[in-house]
Amino acid sequence: MQSLLKFITCGSVDDGKSTLIGHMLYDAKLLFADQERALELDSKVGSNSGGIDYSLLLDGLMAEREQGITIDVAYRYFTTEKRSFIVADTPGHEEYTRNMAVGASFADLAVILVDASKGVLIQTRRHTRICALMGIRHVVYAINKMDLVDYEKYTYNQIVSDIKTMTEEYNFESLYTIPVSATVGDNITNPSKVMGWYKGKTLLSYLEDIDVSDKSDQGGFVLPIQRVSRPDRTFRGFQGQIEVGEIHEGDEVLVLPNDTTAEVKSIHNMTEKVTEAVRGEAVTVELDREIDVSRGCVMVKDVSLHVSKMFTAKLLWMDDSKLVEGKNYYLKIGTQLVPAVVMNIKHKVDVNTGQKVKAERLFKNEIAICDISCSDKIVYDIFANHKELGSFILIDRITNMTSACGVVEHPLRREGNLTWHEMDITRDLRAKQKDQQPKTIWLTGLSGAGKSTLVNALEKRLFAEGKHTMVMDGDNVRMGLNKDLTFKESDRIENIRRVAEVSKLMNDAGLIVLTSFISPFVRDRRSAREIIGEDNFVEVYVATSIEECEKRDVKGLYKKARAGEIPNFSGITSPYEKPENPQIVIDTAGQTVEESVEYLMKEIRKFIQ
Amino acid sequence: MKQLSHLQALEAEAIYIMREVAAECEKPVMLYSIGKDSSVMLHLALKAFYPEKPPFPFMHIDTTWKFREMIQFRDDVAKKYGLDMIVYSNEEGIKQGINPFDHGSAYTDIMKTQALKQALTKYGFTAAFGGGRRDEEKSRAKERIFSFRNAEQAWDPKNQRPEMWKLYNTRIFKGESIRVFPLSNWTEKDIWQYIRQENIDIVPLYFAAERPVVERDGNIIMVDDDRMRIMPDEKVEKKMIRFRTLGCYPLTGGVESNATTLDEIIDETLSAVSSERTSRVIDNEAAGSMERRKREGYF
Repeated sequence: MQSLLKFITCGSVDDGKSTLIGHMLYDAKLLFADQERALELDSKVGSNSGGIDYSLLLDGLMAEREQGITIDVAYRYFTTEKRSFIVADTPGHEEYTRNMAVGASFADLAVILVDASKGVLIQTRRHTRICALMGIRHVVYAINKMDLVDYEKYTYNQIVSDIKTMTEEYNFESLYTIPVSATVGDNITNPSKVMGWYKGKTLLSYLEDIDVSDKSDQGGFVLPIQRVSRPDRTFRGFQGQIEVGEIHEGDEVLVLPNDTTAEVKSIHNMTEKVTEAVRGEAVTVELDREIDVSRGCVMVKDVSLHVSKMFTAKLLWMDDSKLVEGKNYYLKIGTQLVPAVVMNIKHKVDVNTGQKVKAERLFKNEIAICDISCSDKIVYDIFANHKELGSFILIDRITNMTSACGVVEHPLRREGNLTWHEMDITRDLRAKQKDQQPKTIWLTGLSGAGKSTLVNALEKRLFAEGKHTMVMDGDNVRMGLNKDLTFKESDRIENIRRVAEVSKLMNDAGLIVLTSFISPFVRDRRSAREIIGEDNFVEVYVATSIEECEKRDVKGLYKKARAGEIPNFSGITSPYEKPENPQIVIDTAGQTVEESVEYLMKEIRKFIQ
Repeated sequence: MKQLSHLQALEAEAIYIMREVAAECEKPVMLYSIGKDSSVMLHLALKAFYPEKPPFPFMHIDTTWKFREMIQFRDDVAKKYGLDMIVYSNEEGIKQGINPFDHGSAYTDIMKTQALKQALTKYGFTAAFGGGRRDEEKSRAKERIFSFRNAEQAWDPKNQRPEMWKLYNTRIFKGESIRVFPLSNWTEKDIWQYIRQENIDIVPLYFAAERPVVERDGNIIMVDDDRMRIMPDEKVEKKMIRFRTLGCYPLTGGVESNATTLDEIIDETLSAVSSERTSRVIDNEAAGSMERRKREGYF
């Protein structure tokens, strides 16, 4: 029986990953004649001056061939007399790191290429770190392009020593280094004739021989339930793939998270009824009694797993949009899918040095340690103990994108309320949850200038964009909160003060507040700005002229004021003091509401995003 | 503890994928092309859910130009396992008389790609299993197991969703769909060895027999019915041939062979000097033709 080795090739751009694999397939006579012919034809039009460009065997997307780079993982399958192989050739560009991680999550071993003429680069370090993060325990460093450094032993030894230092923190189960030349073919399948000083194995023979079987198997039994099968009343089977250990008919099993026990009545290994089944097999298990088991439950025996809501994890962020603390994601771990929140980023990990870096945001291709809280109890383990139960992905609930992948570092001991107390819900956190910048957009201007119309139209626009908003205007404030106030000067000051205080509270709650008050006095607006906070107060001067306002006179107020029926009417019988430095100015005369709103939205976006 | 063999590992992986789809996707379907890969997929589906029947229908896109033996085989299989087998053809294409002789690559587009899109839309399937393997072609080698299609059913190869470990993200918007390839990691050799190990029925066209053929552009084309146009300089002759892949008979090249048993086929496959897709006439186009078709919705 032949064993299967899944491995990846990675390393920096132009280190020769695709060429290495291409050469291996070519040398080992693993190509079909038509592929070989196509390769020779393709090479002629390529940039490699007519020589065979082995990388063309792997770079299969049109964009890749055009640009001469690898964008996504390519999987190749080959078999030698000793072993079957699946190799994932991964991209070297930093931009495509997540595709490299896809390959790494699938592999048992990594061949990391290092350009002998350049030595260990940041990308070498990054890929080594991601391989370790994704659970790869076996690494081979192929020191490539030895032909460019005159096959010098000294250069090779220098690089090997750098690699030893770099990998100290990872504790790989095996680590091997080989000097090679992928274009010429030294030490790929045939021992190099020019590097007599190297006494080790060729790359292919090393890959054929290495034992990558998991020796950490601690026994027990774990079966995450994928599906409950109920073809009829007599049969209720639980389907899944055994992740750990083995199971026998008659064994007593525990079902998590419910903590109920039952005995195994029968095991189907697909269509066959069997008395036992082992790790890796896809089975259907019947239990001897009716207990509550559904997709996402985990059947175990003699294994202790964690059942809780919160844990600390190492994340690799893969989304173009940044990680938002407090935002809701879906977390998929095993066969469980639950809403979850990244509560806080404890620190980022510098890919180069491994040092902890303080961070509030996490961008694409960055790694960080985070605390995660799920909405329900989940069954999991530390990644180092059980890979399949300690790895997860985060899915953006709005875009459906797989935003991150991660591994569980340890459970968080303080569950539920305790930890939430410790981590105060701050204004910042509430705002992050809503994915917006809470501001008070303060519209000031004469009666009839268009403030209320604008505020209402703006709120509709913001709402449609998914923003959380609240409008404060004379109508909803004078009726309730301020119904004890009159229009005399001291009451008008109090009116504005209260509006400012309430706006501040709403900002604290994470809302964007839009206010519509004449607020004619500079000192009142200044005190509102002080209450709400300099950074959160956006003053919008609706500068429509008094002539225009009086012409509109929608409510007939100007007429009454002119007739002396309204005392203290701003602009007529009481002054209106223009803002000194408003952040936004708009004159609605000669504009449609749509035009004004369009302009204001453009300006406001600068403050709320 | 016992370790799984290479084939057992591939089998378990495919079954895991099928169960994930059945558990998470709203309305899955298994595309059934009648070929050997479809036969393996069907076999795995029967195993994955046993004793339950596969909890999704099967669908064959019939271009009306398939080998007669294929259609017979399809109907026999559906009956034998009591499958819900949907057969869909592009009626508009049939009315317009679209055929492989006159319409070249437009034929494949209209009768296969468009037909498939129409059928998926008509039934509102959100996920469709296909038998594609990564060893078939270079752009397939880059495709994820769960491969997403937008509302126009197009593939965006430059922006594929990351697929980590075996944590498949099956969430999609209305109108979008997923193509799922449970045999992604199988090779042609694995398929044959599995067929032998599991004794899976396949269309007899895979075995060598004497068949009426003509030679056309270096391909051996079988004269399967009287719709086949014979050019003046062509001669119909009997040859011992078999097929490495099956499709529309005027577009599928056979290979001369005496392999009449699975063992002989496997021996031939192991020593084959050309990959199986060379026998598909439509693939003999410019580099990247497969990727272009897939972007347009070809499976």
